[in-house]
Amino acid sequence: MLVAVASGKGGTGKTTIAVNLALALAEKIPVQVLDCDVEEPNAHLFLQPVFQDEEPVTLPVPEVDNARCDGCGRCSEACAFHALAVAGGRVITFPEMCHGCGACISACPQGALAEKPHRIGVVARGRAGRIDFVQGKIDVGVPLAPPVIRAVKKQARGEGLTLLDAPPGTSCPVVAAVKDCNFCLLVTEPTPFGLNDLRLAVGMVRELGIPFAVVINRSTLGDLRVERYCRHEGIPVLLKIPFNKRYAATYAQGKCLVQEYPEWAPAFAGLWREIERLVAQHAGIAGN
Amino acid sequence: MQELLVISGKGGTGKTSIVAALAALAADKVLADCDVDAADLHLLLRPEVESVNEFYGSNKAVIDAGICTGCGRCLEVCRYEAIKELRVNPVFCEGCGACKLACPSGAITMEPNLAGYWYISDTPYGPLVHAQLGIAEDNSGKLVTLVRQEARRLAQENNASLIITDGPPGIGCPVISSLAGVTLALVVTEPTVAGRHDLERVLSLASHFKVPVAVCINKYDLAPEKTREIEAYCHDAAITIAGKIPFDADVARALVNAVPLTACSRGAAARAVRALWDSLQIHLERL
Repeated sequence: MLVAVASGKGGTGKTTIAVNLALALAEKIPVQVLDCDVEEPNAHLFLQPVFQDEEPVTLPVPEVDNARCDGCGRCSEACAFHALAVAGGRVITFPEMCHGCGACISACPQGALAEKPHRIGVVARGRAGRIDFVQGKIDVGVPLAPPVIRAVKKQARGEGLTLLDAPPGTSCPVVAAVKDCNFCLLVTEPTPFGLNDLRLAVGMVRELGIPFAVVINRSTLGDLRVERYCRHEGIPVLLKIPFNKRYAATYAQGKCLVQEYPEWAPAFAGLWREIERLVAQHAGIAGN
Repeated sequence: MQELLVISGKGGTGKTSIVAALAALAADKVLADCDVDAADLHLLLRPEVESVNEFYGSNKAVIDAGICTGCGRCLEVCRYEAIKELRVNPVFCEGCGACKLACPSGAITMEPNLAGYWYISDTPYGPLVHAQLGIAEDNSGKLVTLVRQEARRLAQENNASLIITDGPPGIGCPVISSLAGVTLALVVTEPTVAGRHDLERVLSLASHFKVPVAVCINKYDLAPEKTREIEAYCHDAAITIAGKIPFDADVARALVNAVPLTACSRGAAARAVRALWDSLQIHLERL
């Protein structure tokens, strides 16, 4: 089962929830963690995987054969991303603007364009104890996260639990991560920021038609508006983690809650049972 | 005119709370919220919206079922899995137009797509330009550029000497758009393993675009040892630490009551933000 952990905003504790859930279950079922927060992958800081291999992620960008190119400019007209321009009868390419759509190739009447791979990031694979670990990372200065996210998701095994740590926000990188998941956990905090961004995230998962539930982190550091909103919208709140300076210090050191405070392990096991129940319920509704 | 951009390698470090607190201290400025994906600054500044404007992102492909012969060429060329059963899913369409080029019967057109809104508002702390990107929309970088342009225009109109911008999290497309040409980027970080990791990524991004930086360590007393590590790292890299803000329950209280910290508290964090502002002013004068 593919479960995404997302949040409208960053810093709510997405990675905390993902790594603790993974650790709490790894003894019982096969667990895979995919870190899709490719701008700032952080799960490895907590799970400390041993990386075995790494593969570059590339986009197919155009390369011009100047012998064939007659400078007609159809390619730059076709490009929606301004990745090609014609100057002085010659085509100039800007690989960093290119989305790899291939429109320029089909637009070229001379067959003067070919595609060559352009590196935008890496996917690294490894193991953290019993956990199978994959992370994506965009190269600094690269604006395109979704292709790296898609490359990470290709590594999903499908057996047991595959947990996907999504990027923050509700725009294209998040959609690329959450799309096709069986379930989405939305992590929030009980503040006006948390509520504002939770509303956006709820809109996104509803648009994608994925069953979801909420986890409230630092639940004692704010007010009750998030809980009231969830009750009103019929969104299950599956877990609440109170704010505690000792937990904050544990996180700061890169340590995990279920390891330092084993009393939390049953709560995460319970979270998983609830997810399974909600997925089954959703499948039942979808089947009817 | 100077532009102070507040960013953070990751979200949740307290960027917006700090921007709002600075907004209550600085005179004579325009405010901009470039976190268009999850704009939050308006929650603290209580803006009165003066103008609402549409934002059009990239075009989206539309297939005219009356003309379509069902040949499936569009489906073959689309690299974003945006076409299923000869219908376009606008959420996945990147607007590249490859399908339109490939369609032999001319059944596909590229239509403008309303991707969000941007606003000019009045707040008790000065004018604010902010935006909201529609859910699951792309082109946040383009919207960020638009918000910045409007903030500059307003600053010129009002003879303001400073723009304070709440930046997006991360190091991707919206952050890149918000960095270009700013006077100073204040990077807010937290003393955690993840905070340190993200700080290094965002600093390398700023240096890639040759933007001067200063660092602020938020909640520094939650992990004094990690704070020392970050301080040592910045010292070695010759990066100024403009401020250190302690953990203070007043910050959460200010947030819940939707008021800038420096407008409602005289506690330890509020005092630290005042000191941060003094240090930033000195820093900006030198640039």
